[in-house]
Amino acid sequence: MPEPMIVVDSLTKAFRVAERRAGAWNALAGLVRRRYRRVDAIKDVSFTLAEGELLGLIGPNGAGKSTTIKILCGILEPTSGRCEVNGLVPWRDRVRHVARIGAVFGQRTQLWWDLPVIESFDLLRDIYRVAPERYRATRDELTARLDLSSLLDTPVRQLSLGQRMRCEIAASLLHEPRVLFLDEPTIGLDAVAKLAVRDFVKTLNATRGVTVILTTHDMHDIEALTHRVIVIGKGSVLADGSLEALRRGALGERRLWVHFAGEPTTIDVPGTTVRRRQGRSIELAFDPRTTSAHRLIARVAAEFDVEDVHLEEPPIEEVIARFYAQHAVDT
Amino acid sequence: MSSAAMRPYVAVFRTRFQLLLQYRAAALAGFGTQCWWGAIKVMVFAAFLSGPVASPMTLRETIDYIWLGQALLTMLPWSADQELARLVRSGDVAYERLRPLETYTYWYARAVARRTATPLLRSIPMILTTGVLLPSLGFAKWGLSAPPGLSAATMFALSLVFVIALASAFATILDLFVVATLSERGVNIVMAPLAIVLSGNLVPLPMLPDWLQPLVRNQPFAGLLDTPLRVYSGHLAGSAALLAIARQALWAVILIALGRALATRVLRRLQTQGG
Repeated sequence: MPEPMIVVDSLTKAFRVAERRAGAWNALAGLVRRRYRRVDAIKDVSFTLAEGELLGLIGPNGAGKSTTIKILCGILEPTSGRCEVNGLVPWRDRVRHVARIGAVFGQRTQLWWDLPVIESFDLLRDIYRVAPERYRATRDELTARLDLSSLLDTPVRQLSLGQRMRCEIAASLLHEPRVLFLDEPTIGLDAVAKLAVRDFVKTLNATRGVTVILTTHDMHDIEALTHRVIVIGKGSVLADGSLEALRRGALGERRLWVHFAGEPTTIDVPGTTVRRRQGRSIELAFDPRTTSAHRLIARVAAEFDVEDVHLEEPPIEEVIARFYAQHAVDT
Repeated sequence: MSSAAMRPYVAVFRTRFQLLLQYRAAALAGFGTQCWWGAIKVMVFAAFLSGPVASPMTLRETIDYIWLGQALLTMLPWSADQELARLVRSGDVAYERLRPLETYTYWYARAVARRTATPLLRSIPMILTTGVLLPSLGFAKWGLSAPPGLSAATMFALSLVFVIALASAFATILDLFVVATLSERGVNIVMAPLAIVLSGNLVPLPMLPDWLQPLVRNQPFAGLLDTPLRVYSGHLAGSAALLAIARQALWAVILIALGRALATRVLRRLQTQGG
């Protein structure tokens, strides 16, 4: 087995937070003697990632996703634990490390606000010491694939969020990094822009083998992009696996909508519970491991005057919310 | 450093320099204010020097000191870089650490751009107005005169190079304080009066009391304005001028070393503030 691209082993990051208590007297006392409280932003986080994997990192706000990403990017030093990306310890070898990774923080900008996009790109070329021919080829390809040609001469501050995000992603890839960190890249984007970002990241990972770590609150990003998900809550890894496994563990039920021809009657089928009634329809929930869908449908159709039925899986948001609730994670 | 190693820093300087040259409206507004202040100062000192006082500087030297000082006003690092302050407030400063650059040199390169582009924009109209327009209207006595000789002009140019080095070293230290305190207000409040008084912008330094002179001569702010201005008018000439320029160079080296040490500490703390 080849060396993994990213190794994270019992990583812990503690912050010292000054405690402030209410009241004028306590405020004065705080000037003389401060009390500090230790807060573990992440605690004992471990995982490995092979080259070419696409990992989704999810968790509620304040769970430690960004802290993890910042440590992996080399801009934050952990309190303890081991971490290697591409054979380098990020914070110890920061300059060499950051030259080989790309990063996009959705809520921040890495482009120079007052400069036209193309000048930001040119500056990044020199900052990353990219050879001119190589740079031209990469830039032109990114311009074509992210549809940037009409934006290149526009100052960054005049771009819409969707346009800017496409430019940010291009900017993070001009030096052809092997690893890309995307911290909430779709935040605030409209549906079309989100699709464009997802589509591009998926292709980049599939055709170029770029290793990607993605954090997001949009579960559709996760559904569309990742095979593997790590859920972080209260600073610890709560789950690591496929979305399907997560679904089975958290909320494995399936749902059957029954639309009656006439007035809905009371319905009582063993192995099901009624979730909702809506007009002439009833939604039943059942466990697919004990109740088979086709037998349930046959039975409902035989016993009642049914016009139509359809099956649903719980939406991914609900699965995740259930998962957080099961693990008593505050959201 | 080799030229290949310098490439990113040169690019940072060039980009920022070109960007700053575009702020012409601000330069024009600043020029108006600086003319106004300069004229008031010239009148005050003319009145002061017309009396029976033993002044360490002639009226001619004083007027040159004032006008050239106004032209070079934006050399003074009396406030933090607005762009960096914005980065700190928004948190985008984290991106600065994502660049494969040595952060101190990166920020120093940006400071050098500011200390060359802005003074260039501001000093050209000021020198044209006070050095060409006023004399051509017959007010040569109240305008900026040429340096007394080639040696004064050459030493002035040399001194100017060290002004840029020194002012950029100051500015980078201010940047680091902004990062450490997460706000530019504190450093601005402390720095503005120090820079204005100790550089000679308020009163030419030779006019401060005699007992203060040894102190005034040897502090780093003198190298920001006082030294080049007096070298220009010939008030400082020969070995005295060379000594003053050497002091500028020494302070630049000291402040760069201090800034580097500070950067190591502050940037480690910046890491702990993440999250």
